[in-house]
Amino acid sequence: MNPVIDRVASWREEGKKAALATVVKVERSGPLGPGTSMAVSEDGQVVGSVSGGCVEPAVYEEAMAAIEGGGPRLLSYGISDDEAFGVGLTCGGTIHIFVERVDW
Amino acid sequence: MADLLSRWHTALAEQSPVAMATVIQGPEGYLGGKVLVFPEDHTGTAGNAELDKAVVETARGLLEGGRTETVHLGPRGQRRMEDVAVFIQSFAPPPRMYVFGAIDFASAVARAGKFMGYRVIVCDARAVFATRERFPSADEIVVAWPDEFLKTAEVDGRSVIAVLTHDPKFDVPVLKEALKTPAGYIGAMGSRRTHDNRTARLKEEGVTDEQLARVSSPIGLDIGARTPEETAIAIAAEIVALRTGHSGGRLAERSGPIHWAAPDTRTRDGVK
Repeated sequence: MNPVIDRVASWREEGKKAALATVVKVERSGPLGPGTSMAVSEDGQVVGSVSGGCVEPAVYEEAMAAIEGGGPRLLSYGISDDEAFGVGLTCGGTIHIFVERVDW
Repeated sequence: MADLLSRWHTALAEQSPVAMATVIQGPEGYLGGKVLVFPEDHTGTAGNAELDKAVVETARGLLEGGRTETVHLGPRGQRRMEDVAVFIQSFAPPPRMYVFGAIDFASAVARAGKFMGYRVIVCDARAVFATRERFPSADEIVVAWPDEFLKTAEVDGRSVIAVLTHDPKFDVPVLKEALKTPAGYIGAMGSRRTHDNRTARLKEEGVTDEQLARVSSPIGLDIGARTPEETAIAIAAEIVALRTGHSGGRLAERSGPIHWAAPDTRTRDGVK
């Protein structure tokens, strides 16, 4: 059982568009390991998480962009990334997250 | 629902082994390519048949150990090139925990095993002890001689074997059998005296020092545990520490990153 894929499968069955965000790499100290994922549906539902809660809002926006037709993207959040100060990564690491529309 | 998602979802629901490979970096047209890999079969594509062949082969290797990694390949699956990064996530069935000796401590260890996501199998030769009533949380309860049972049991590198009988009559044969397996953790309960006695008997039976080094005996981290529940936590903590290569001890008393260098990136049913 995987609650994220479970929800994605039911959204797709209902004919809703969805995007999946997966942690693919964690540098230094991050709370959640590679493979942790979060999914978003076109009507704004969210399941799962990719960090301790600090980058989820940013990833949500990216997932929405993917649903609306933006291509798959590899994103990085962390102290080495200017954007991360805005995001406020509390755990002091860098996480790389792949965001894709679920059209497969 | 599309085929890839549907088959992935089904495999996860059935807890059958599956790996999902996704191209996360690469030339235009490759990015986002996906191959769903089963032990005997695969579906989807990373971009072309040659790349798929390399991805499928790599994914099966990772899946066997329940490992999740990013691998780098050439656009045609070349091993020494780095143009294409493929994230391969393994979803292996839950690892197994074998608990030998249906004593009170075993019940707590079985519960801790379930809590950590193990498939827990309790085995004891004595039918009066190995009962469902005593082990409501165990996935399987087996009445058999531990060493006989272990000979036919499925054990891999993620498996845990906890020998809690602390009776040499049971301990010695089952530990000898355990040492023939690739189990990732082998622990044996007992006082210092039981431990010394058991070690001597194992050596008499031809077990080498190198083999004995694989056995956590006396079992568990030194946290002063007394009750079955506390002891189960000490054992659970040792299982995690050995797997991740950490030494145990208080984070408050050391500095540096908490989740350093974890080579362990396994996922069980996909939930970390």
